[in-house]
Amino acid sequence: MIIHSYLTSLGKYVQLMGRTFSRPERFRMFFKQYVKEMAQLGVDSIGIVLLISFFIGAVICIQIKLNIQSAWMPHWTSGYVTREIMLLEFSSSIMCLILSGKVGSNIASELGTMRTTQQIDALEIMGVNSASFLILPKILGLVTMIPLLVVFSTVSGVVGAYATAYIGGIITPSDLTAGMQHDFTQWFLWMGIIKSLFFAFIIASVSSFYGYTVEGGSINVGKASTNAVVSSSMLILFSDMFLTQLLSA
Amino acid sequence: MIEIKNLCKSFGAKQVLKNISSVFENGKTNLIIGQSGSGKTVLMNCLVGLLEPTTGEVLYDDRNFVSMSKKERTLLRREMGMIFQGAALFDSMTVMENVMFPLDMFSPGTLRDRRKRALFCLDRVNLIDAIDKYPGEISGGMQKRVAIARAIAMNPQYLFCDEPNSGLDPKTSLVIDKLIHEITQEFNTTTIINTHDMNSVMGIGEHILFIHQGRNEWEGTKEQVLTAGNEQLNSFIFASDLFRKVKNAELNNAQESK
Repeated sequence: MIIHSYLTSLGKYVQLMGRTFSRPERFRMFFKQYVKEMAQLGVDSIGIVLLISFFIGAVICIQIKLNIQSAWMPHWTSGYVTREIMLLEFSSSIMCLILSGKVGSNIASELGTMRTTQQIDALEIMGVNSASFLILPKILGLVTMIPLLVVFSTVSGVVGAYATAYIGGIITPSDLTAGMQHDFTQWFLWMGIIKSLFFAFIIASVSSFYGYTVEGGSINVGKASTNAVVSSSMLILFSDMFLTQLLSA
Repeated sequence: MIEIKNLCKSFGAKQVLKNISSVFENGKTNLIIGQSGSGKTVLMNCLVGLLEPTTGEVLYDDRNFVSMSKKERTLLRREMGMIFQGAALFDSMTVMENVMFPLDMFSPGTLRDRRKRALFCLDRVNLIDAIDKYPGEISGGMQKRVAIARAIAMNPQYLFCDEPNSGLDPKTSLVIDKLIHEITQEFNTTTIINTHDMNSVMGIGEHILFIHQGRNEWEGTKEQVLTAGNEQLNSFIFASDLFRKVKNAELNNAQESK
């Protein structure tokens, strides 16, 4: 029964994506929506991304310095580990998990409310492909903005680490710099960005699916919002495992 | 003209619409009336394609909507306008942007032409002062009028109104009814209104279809509705104290005159 329900949902999701990825009726209107979604989903998330990344960067640096680093380890260990964690996992995967909460619930509740207040029906009656008009700009908007958020997150994490050196005095700035510059692999940055593109697609499309297919009233909009966050988080974690292995091979 | 032939709609084992046939002529305000749960909204949703009928035909000027391809349906839908029960305005857009929306999507005209048309429609519903307001900032009656302006923006041949007076006071309801009736005559549209407001029935009902338990129970005009003699229709109409009193007064007058 559960498998049947999952397969039905998967089928509906695929059908919805089929309708979503069709040629927009008016490119001018599509572009307007696309820019609006980039601002709403991407630009409006910069603040939270910078804030969280700053503190996580600082905390990682403190944890490594105080709990892991010892006299037997090189002086650059804390900086090196902070950079690698930010680049490899935090700025892509964990940051997308956080965004799935913020952006995912936003998308699901917006589309769910549009469904329950018949705004989506109004689009359909006008002869507009509502899936393409509403969902495609969200997916493309978030996919466009996510690399920027990944870079901002990494930079903010590094700044946070430097804050522990300059303000907290936990580590010397020269040791931190040595760690940050040690054995830098550019591919790790690209790996984070590539992974985040997949995660952005998951967040936007799965949340849109739950919001778009809401039936009923406000309670169901709330449920859809929760389901969107839970499902996209699970899918991000699941796909992270495969993508990391694939891209690291 | 819209013609429905033997329309049936079932949800699982439950049959909601039972073999409904009727003709809605253009230039007339056609009303679908009936109790809550009688199948009015399901019928309207079948007419506009939000629901697929189980069997039967819906003919828009002899074009069968049910058997049309997706593309043909999309094209036909551009000839339709709909006013939803809750207005269904896009709350992220201003009044002007709401009315401009169908024009921006489908009108080949320049921005100036589109603006001109939107202003004409807003003027028609007396809302020219509210163009920069958002739906959340205006009253329910004004929202309905914006919905009417948006519905007529593309000059539709077919206008559908799903309970346009719900949640409105009697005075505003009369304004909305009058507006829809005038628009119907002015643009010669085929207008179908879903309602259980008896004031609308008596005011603008040129053709009335009464649905009871999913069946076409009675059809006629507003002049015939009070004297129809149909048991179900009478129990629906005279559930209202006001109409009972009107009928009793008419009977008394008739007896006195004898």
